Amino acid sequence: MSLLELKHIYKIYGELHALDDVSLKVEKGEWVSIMGPSGSGKSTMMNIIGCMDKPSKGEVLLDGVDIAKESAKNLTAIRRDKIGLIFQQFHLVNYLTAVENVMLAQYYHSLPDEKEALEALDRVGLADRANHLPSQLSGGEQQRVCVARALINYPEIILADEPTGNLDEANEEIVVDLFHKLHDEGTTLIVVTHDPEVAEVAQRTLVLRNGRLHKEIVNQNFTGKIHFEDMESFRKEEKGNA
Amino acid sequence: MKKSQMYMRMIFASLMRRRSRMLVALLSIAIGATILSGLVTVYYDVPRQMGAQFRNYGANLILTGTDGGFSLEDTEKALKVFAKDELVGAAPFRYENIRIHEHPVVAAGTDMEGAKATSPFWRVEGDWCSTDGQIMVGKNVAESFRLKAGEMLTLSFTPENAPKDTPDETIDLEITGILDTGGSEEDYVYLSLHDLETLTGAGDLDVCEVSVSAQSDQLKVYADQIGVTVPAISAHLVKRVTASETTVLSKLQALVLLVTVVVLALTMICVATTMTAVVTERRKEIGLRKAIGASDKSIIGEFLGESMMLGGIGGILGAALGFVFAQQVSVHVFGSSIRFQWLLVPVTILVSIVVTGLSSLLPIRSATEVDPALVLKGE
Repeated sequence: MSLLELKHIYKIYGELHALDDVSLKVEKGEWVSIMGPSGSGKSTMMNIIGCMDKPSKGEVLLDGVDIAKESAKNLTAIRRDKIGLIFQQFHLVNYLTAVENVMLAQYYHSLPDEKEALEALDRVGLADRANHLPSQLSGGEQQRVCVARALINYPEIILADEPTGNLDEANEEIVVDLFHKLHDEGTTLIVVTHDPEVAEVAQRTLVLRNGRLHKEIVNQNFTGKIHFEDMESFRKEEKGNA
Repeated sequence: MKKSQMYMRMIFASLMRRRSRMLVALLSIAIGATILSGLVTVYYDVPRQMGAQFRNYGANLILTGTDGGFSLEDTEKALKVFAKDELVGAAPFRYENIRIHEHPVVAAGTDMEGAKATSPFWRVEGDWCSTDGQIMVGKNVAESFRLKAGEMLTLSFTPENAPKDTPDETIDLEITGILDTGGSEEDYVYLSLHDLETLTGAGDLDVCEVSVSAQSDQLKVYADQIGVTVPAISAHLVKRVTASETTVLSKLQALVLLVTVVVLALTMICVATTMTAVVTERRKEIGLRKAIGASDKSIIGEFLGESMMLGGIGGILGAALGFVFAQQVSVHVFGSSIRFQWLLVPVTILVSIVVTGLSSLLPIRSATEVDPALVLKGE
């Protein structure tokens, strides 16, 4: 059984089909990128997988449970227990320190454990910045706190929405390296991005266009940062479209 | 770490690290609490303050003998029933018919300090008597005999049933002042009880005027107590005075109460507006908390905890500043200082917490309805 399975998903706003009969499967421990231009349905799909929205039609099976039929209260619980979220804008609570931001996720999940939160910050290389407020951290550091917060409760899936969208190249590399580490540890990663360089390091890239699954690119030789043929062709295609 | 510890850590972090934001909310709560606490203090102190003011209009309790006159000792016993801080003054009076230049005049023996306290409206041209050997003369008497302050006056008295040819008792007294009251007092002369006794011999008191800073209900209780404690004395309320005092007081208290209720309503609106602003600017944070798994109940608990903590701090400030406010009102309006009402401290803090909590509940509840996906996308 796949960890996540979307079966004929539609999301319809009036006349607009934000998602139009999308089906996909994500296996446990897999690293999948979702790409596509603006308005392609990436964010809608992210919200549905992240239990922050429900499809108009179709099934979303997470660990065998159809989350499309769950109540808002249950979706909150599923989000808390099974999903780690990473945002483009980091979204840290500005009056809590780095370690307190990580503990916040523990607080809602089970019990806050400062030692464990510090270890999570250590994993992302921020042990020495634990007691800094977000305003005292750089963008890259804030994103790493966000990663530590996402992984603190050992979620089934880490769902990252444009995780490098606000980062410079050096920090982008640090975050992508972190994803490699997480993947090596067996974490399932779904990364929504419009950056081919971030997408191409995943095992599989799903390309959305006009709410439909346009293309699926499998990195046959996935070992790390590989520029594979399909991605190169995708880039050319994107350039052509632009 | 326990959840409660993290809960408190988050609340303190929010209050301490968002000081500038929180100060605005705190200011609004503290001002509301100050005005409320101040007005309630004034409300409860009005009877005392006004009671003192009313005492300028004279005695409100009259002691008379159950069966004719009564002794000074009985009077002292009767006066013990009053709370010390409520007894403004007591003036025992003994009236005797004496003569001035062979013309009959009523002489009133009294305690001058007591008379000054029970009849502060008496106007004296000259001075009040301060020792024995002095006398105050009513304006009409002074005009009849062309008397002036500073002159010596001889009073004479013929004892009843005295054998013929018995010489009159006399006493020479210094006139210290002419009494101008606009009432019957202008027909009397006033001297100390001791001088009257020297002139006329020992005798019972006729009446004792008592000025008490209490309302009619309490005065009735005192009157009954005197009747039980000292059977020789009967106490009567001066209904004209006590009834009008009660009417004015109840109207004044109703006015202060009305203002307090209006201020309470305005405070709630003001705090609710401030808390709405505070909560609204944290929609993104609420969205984030929801996104990472916070239930609505949990978010309401956290924000409510914050606002109630603010309410508590505002209440403490309000209780202290409210006393200063009430003191200023009291000094400028009534011309006297106010008593600190200790009970008002916990009450102000509690009311402040409840008002802030209730005012925050609505904006917090509506804030929990935010869609985390939209908020986090910046929409």
